[in-house]
Amino acid sequence: MRVALFITCMNDTLFPETGIATVQVLERLGHDVVFPKAQTCCGQLHLNTGYHDSAADLARRFVRVFVEEEIVVAPSASCVATIREFYPYLAEQLDDGALAEEVEALTPRVMELTEFLVRRLGVTDVGSRFSERVTYHPTCHSLRGLQLGDVPLSLLRAVDGLEFVELPGATECCGFGGTFAIKNAETSSAILESKLENVVATGAAVLTAVDRSCLTQIGGGLSRMGSQVRTLHIAEILAAAP
Amino acid sequence: MKSGFPERAHVALRDMQLRRNLALATTTIRGKRAAVTGERGDWEELRVAGAAIKRRVLRHLEDYLLQFESSVQRAGGSVHWARDAQEANEIVVQLVRRTGASEVVKVKSLTTDEIGLNDALTAAGIRPIETDLAELICQLADERPSHILVPAIHKNRVEIRDLFRREFGLPDLTEEPTELAGAARAYLREKFLSTAVAVSGANFAVAESGSICVVESEGNGRFCTTLPETLITIVGIEKLVPTLNDLEVFLQLLPRSSTGERMNPYTSLWTGVAPGDGPQEFHVVLLDNGRTNVLADEVGRQTLACIRCSACLNVCPVYERTGGHAYGSVYPGPIGAILTPQLVGTAEAGSLPFASSLCGACAEVCPVKIDIPQVLVHLRGRAIRERTAAGAGERMMMSAAGWALAGERRFRWARRVGRLVQRPFVRENKIERLPGGLSGWTMTRDLPAMPRRSFREWWNGR
Repeated sequence: MRVALFITCMNDTLFPETGIATVQVLERLGHDVVFPKAQTCCGQLHLNTGYHDSAADLARRFVRVFVEEEIVVAPSASCVATIREFYPYLAEQLDDGALAEEVEALTPRVMELTEFLVRRLGVTDVGSRFSERVTYHPTCHSLRGLQLGDVPLSLLRAVDGLEFVELPGATECCGFGGTFAIKNAETSSAILESKLENVVATGAAVLTAVDRSCLTQIGGGLSRMGSQVRTLHIAEILAAAP
Repeated sequence: MKSGFPERAHVALRDMQLRRNLALATTTIRGKRAAVTGERGDWEELRVAGAAIKRRVLRHLEDYLLQFESSVQRAGGSVHWARDAQEANEIVVQLVRRTGASEVVKVKSLTTDEIGLNDALTAAGIRPIETDLAELICQLADERPSHILVPAIHKNRVEIRDLFRREFGLPDLTEEPTELAGAARAYLREKFLSTAVAVSGANFAVAESGSICVVESEGNGRFCTTLPETLITIVGIEKLVPTLNDLEVFLQLLPRSSTGERMNPYTSLWTGVAPGDGPQEFHVVLLDNGRTNVLADEVGRQTLACIRCSACLNVCPVYERTGGHAYGSVYPGPIGAILTPQLVGTAEAGSLPFASSLCGACAEVCPVKIDIPQVLVHLRGRAIRERTAAGAGERMMMSAAGWALAGERRFRWARRVGRLVQRPFVRENKIERLPGGLSGWTMTRDLPAMPRRSFREWWNGR
């Protein structure tokens, strides 16, 4: 299947290894990955910070770049949730009927990576091997936005050699929230504290999630406290070959 | 610049006693709510029904209000319309003055807090006495309630014991809950028997019958609505439900969502005046105070469906850490973050819509399915548009980011600039200290440095 990759601006810039792993997983499963080069950002940063004119420009750009694609896959639940939940809102606010139609047609074809693998392709075993103790943080947008449930877990459970350990208080937010982490840095840090305690308590060597953004928050906290726990996007675990 | 949420949270977050009180209390209520909503196979249907009834009321609010007015009058009550807080307070003060009373007993009511009724009464020489135990605690301590349902959630037993010792002149009082409740009871019973006027809010107002419904846990509210000669009820115009039958839905949704009980201990329903039984004079004050402005906004209007259960507060990671006072508003937590800016404007409360990580836990538990994250984002847009939030630095950075993301070549160029600019800050592939507006991040978190090669460059090189 031809799969258009929406890498997201954050992965593109800060975490290329997440994008590379995503390509490797999809290609290993026999898909033809294309990367439309005109893509930049879904607009989530501007949307959630209140700059809705810029967000709308970026939404229009996203739609223009991907409108012809049959399936668009992104290794980020929060970007996909932004597209699915808020593009209709932006089109409505702009009173842009043409955009609303395009959005309605395109959004069902935009999927988060694990959602695509499990719900669209019906695959849970992607043939990876990863022999470490791993815990999993279900990010808010994957859980309450995209309603992924245990879709990512079903992939992790099928990884050869992986020892899975449950994260206490897993469904609680990590406190990231985009610019919230900066504008309300102290509150964000207080929320993060609980998440860090819970991650460390698992004794896991690796913390994984479907969003690099939340992992930047938790990983940033782990790094600051001198913890040895590493953060990996789930694609990087799924890409690990035997 | 006026103090906003971050400044008030800064103070609250340092109060470790408050943080422990809050974590314990919210975790307990959260667990109870989850248990009693989980046991209902039709919980989701109840939510859908509650949401639908409330939205119907909002669509036809004018009709229901007029119907309610004539129902109350038919039942022997009087109806007064108040455009804003000042009008409502003037009406209440005049009604109390007419009775000659110098004290009023009060049923716990957020709406009267919203309009600052206690201050208005006090200024008019009338002493308001809160009768809900936790409201009484806040009143005696001269503090604002910090939770919709558990106003004194920020205080523990020992703090309350010290307060009661001082205020009631009981130096030997212990912190045993039964003793604390006993002290308050002795004080309040005397007030119930001697006070001629009561003021209440309303959980629901029924259009077809003119009935008012108040739900509570202690029974003190019922003393207020039955013993005094005169009862004045202040009702936000969004509190209407069409028929008594609709209460079937809400009297299931509300206690399970709020206190985590299957049923609250006291549900009082009264309709107008019954000769020889209960208050012989009954007044309803219908309050707008910004609500019609909320109604005018297609996205924001769902906020008016709120039944003040406070489930959103109890699951909110922000509220759990900062408590209610950080919101600087009568309505704290997620619902306060969307209701207050709409009632008072973003110039007053522009920081509130940003006081959320948009985790969505609130929307998941809301019994009337208010999409709180959507309204938060909507109001952030309004605050930025109205220039009541964000400084020049942020605006410049967001403009720059918008420019850089508007084209592939600009994006590539911006990354090259970023790699140069980050250089002085990078140590061992990470950034431990950022300047200016970004310093909030590195206060507690490291940031990975931008790698030499972006994904795009890797892709182009394959």
